[in-house]
Amino acid sequence: MRLSWFNVVSLTFGFVFLYLPMIILVIYSFNKSKLVTVWAGFSTKWYGELLQNEAFLNAAWVTLKVAVISSTFATILGTMAAYVLVRSGRFFGRTLFSGMIYAPLVMPEVITGLSLLLLFIGIGMDRGVMTVVLAHTTFSMCYVSVVVSSRLFTFDQSLEEAALDLGCSPAQAFRLVTLPIIAPAVISGWLLAFTLSLDDLVIATFTTGPSATTLPIKIYSAVRLGVSPEINALSTLMIAVVTIGVILASLVSKRNVANKRREELAAVRAE
Amino acid sequence: MRRFLLIAVPYAWLLVLFLVPFLIVLKISLSDAALARPPYTPHFEWAEGVWAFFSQLDFENFVFLTSDSLYWKAYLGSLQIALISTVFTLLIGYPIAYGMARAPEEWRPTLMMLVILPFWTSFLIRVYAWMGILSKEGFLNQFLLWSGIINEPLVILNTNTAVYIGIVYTYLPFMILPVYAALDRMDGSLIEAAEDLGCSRLTAFWLVTIPLSRNGIVAGCFLVFIPAMGEFVIPSLLGGSRTLMIGKVLWEEFFSNRDWPVASAVAVVLLLILIVPIMLFQRNQQKQAEAEQ
Repeated sequence: MRLSWFNVVSLTFGFVFLYLPMIILVIYSFNKSKLVTVWAGFSTKWYGELLQNEAFLNAAWVTLKVAVISSTFATILGTMAAYVLVRSGRFFGRTLFSGMIYAPLVMPEVITGLSLLLLFIGIGMDRGVMTVVLAHTTFSMCYVSVVVSSRLFTFDQSLEEAALDLGCSPAQAFRLVTLPIIAPAVISGWLLAFTLSLDDLVIATFTTGPSATTLPIKIYSAVRLGVSPEINALSTLMIAVVTIGVILASLVSKRNVANKRREELAAVRAE
Repeated sequence: MRRFLLIAVPYAWLLVLFLVPFLIVLKISLSDAALARPPYTPHFEWAEGVWAFFSQLDFENFVFLTSDSLYWKAYLGSLQIALISTVFTLLIGYPIAYGMARAPEEWRPTLMMLVILPFWTSFLIRVYAWMGILSKEGFLNQFLLWSGIINEPLVILNTNTAVYIGIVYTYLPFMILPVYAALDRMDGSLIEAAEDLGCSRLTAFWLVTIPLSRNGIVAGCFLVFIPAMGEFVIPSLLGGSRTLMIGKVLWEEFFSNRDWPVASAVAVVLLLILIVPIMLFQRNQQKQAEAEQ
């Protein structure tokens, strides 16, 4: 199909709008001057200062810990929930269950954060890494279950039935047939949960205690005082990690698709 | 037994960490503020029975919300900002999604990735990026002064304009993706048919393309409007002292004033306002899922 000039213009403007702010941010992280908006020559000194800033490094470590633990729990719970939603048929309280899966997706973060904090205080739980992990697991598992259930919906259930007919136990059928098929969705669910946790400011601020300051909380309190080149350097590192991750993931999935197509072609030829 | 566990574990998790916290918010919104830890006195005990429960309900925090103009102005402010930014996001996002759907097949995965990439990038960083652009010495003012369009720097940061820009920018992928999905599914020959039958390009677009992408438009609008209503980060970083949004008010009520009952009442009312759009959104998604089957 031919692109009309209108489409070219809107695509160009759209992507410039989406990317220009981030490109400016990255460029000015290499600025020598402390004034973020005045270019004074190339320098990597802000990266050096960042690596010596103990508070940021600590916060980064806490954030990573929270993200790995909460996204792993969220993936397990979310996959279970997706399986229940798609395969378990009717059971008592099903409507409530699916409501509780979908509601957190659209719930304003301030409300989720406030309500979890009141729960933790109500049961007298000390706030820290643990409470943030619980909070993140809860909202991420809903995202995971949406991603996984959309894969479960499209998959051919007779494969599972065949495995059961051929003598698999339900657990074996899940491990040997279902899991490999839904694995890409489970992995992207984990990645989604991981980035949601890395990114979360509002819920973490409500549910954390003085012992566990996460990176977004640290960034937010620094940024409130204005723009700083150190934050630009930190943002650049985070953007770089995400970009590399997304490009790698898309390359892997492209290769998988290509492999699958090749296998299918080979199978067709063999017949 | 196994099936029971499979259902019970996620069920119990959500009950304890999602539903129960809500009931606590509801309960505290009906309590009195107190100078204590925790800073409220509950108005009723569950043990006293159903009748006692209802007779002790106390709506004074909600009455307080209506008596202080700060709150309803903040709700209206949020509503206004969320609505206007949704319209702008649609106006900017639709042409992008349309361009993507008309782009050559082999470009589309890359364009798709370019839209999704900002979504994986930290929200906070994307908002922060605009602080350097919109400030008085920022890049936008530098550029406009340099090009001679203005003589005095514009004040944009810490105004509502900055909040609009921030919301449109950060939520744009949420609009592009569902609209693109709808346009991508559309059968291109329908447009040709309309043009053969004498429609101009514009009429064909208006009479065929727009109605066929309606589900995508509706989904995108809700995906922008609902979170924008409760937004906190954008008004607090880009907005000024005169930007009234309810997410910010709730935050301040809780962390600065330490008035938990009023903060809880603010949350309950916000949720009541959002229930209608949330239900409409769910219905739209369901209809779409049914249409696909």
